[in-house]
Amino acid sequence: MNVEMISVLSAAIAVGFGAIGSGLGEGWAVAGAMDAIARQPESAGTISRTLFVGLAMIETMAIYCLVIALLLLFANPYVHA
Amino acid sequence: MEKVSLNAPIVFHVGPVPVGLEVVTTWVIMVVLVVLCYFGTRKLSVDEPGPWQVVLEAIVGFCEDIIRDVMGTEPGPFLPLIGTLFIYIATCNLSPLLPGVKPPTASFETTGALGLIVFFSVHALGVQRRGLLHYLKTFFEPYPVFVPLNVLAEFTRTFSLMVRLAGNIMSHELTIGIVISLVGLLVPIPFMALSILIGLVQAYIFTILATVFIGGAIGTIEKG
Repeated sequence: MNVEMISVLSAAIAVGFGAIGSGLGEGWAVAGAMDAIARQPESAGTISRTLFVGLAMIETMAIYCLVIALLLLFANPYVHA
Repeated sequence: MEKVSLNAPIVFHVGPVPVGLEVVTTWVIMVVLVVLCYFGTRKLSVDEPGPWQVVLEAIVGFCEDIIRDVMGTEPGPFLPLIGTLFIYIATCNLSPLLPGVKPPTASFETTGALGLIVFFSVHALGVQRRGLLHYLKTFFEPYPVFVPLNVLAEFTRTFSLMVRLAGNIMSHELTIGIVISLVGLLVPIPFMALSILIGLVQAYIFTILATVFIGGAIGTIEKG
């Protein structure tokens, strides 16, 4: 196992686990918003705008993992190519 | 495999300062926007609006609605900042639809600059609207124990604003690049169509979050 192999592995692990967490979170958020819209269709506009902002917040976690994975793959400080 | 770099390619140098591709693209986009708006607003008419006037009015009305709905105040003093953010980011995100253009928002330098603009505007508007002491007092709410967390949140939310926009756009560009390198013809087109949606949604989210931050600082909405 050299540094390159470990970097590729950890990039895959980072993206995978990050996707699990934010996938669950976004699923719950959308389910809650659907419930709310089904009960009160007249406030669908406000709910979906808040949902968008919330989804962006949740998605940021996955994006952080992705950025770390990209750094490991393409801009790794420990690999001197 | 060709070397993939996350840094901006350098186009030319002005003295000792290197000028990246993003800066050149940004300036081109700025010129295009200014020229379009200049010629779009030459013949304004209430009775017979031209097609450009209708388009520009729709965009301005959209930004006004965002501010009115989110902040609950009249959009007047905030419209230039919020509207410029939305129009510029949306144009940048849609620019890769032109062949050979790399979107400036795909690099952390551009979004970092946008995040800093939002960061300083939030505090400047908060101090201007509330007065320095009242604004500083909001950091002591709900309890003085929360001061470090409140201060930390100011920086982390700006950082996440920056990483979210750049990460989304850059990752989508990389995805399109990988799909093109696997299957060259016709298959990437749905992905590029998806990039329209992603670009507009990300511009909308950046604008909404900037509005929420400013609204929290000036006290019209609960601080988020």
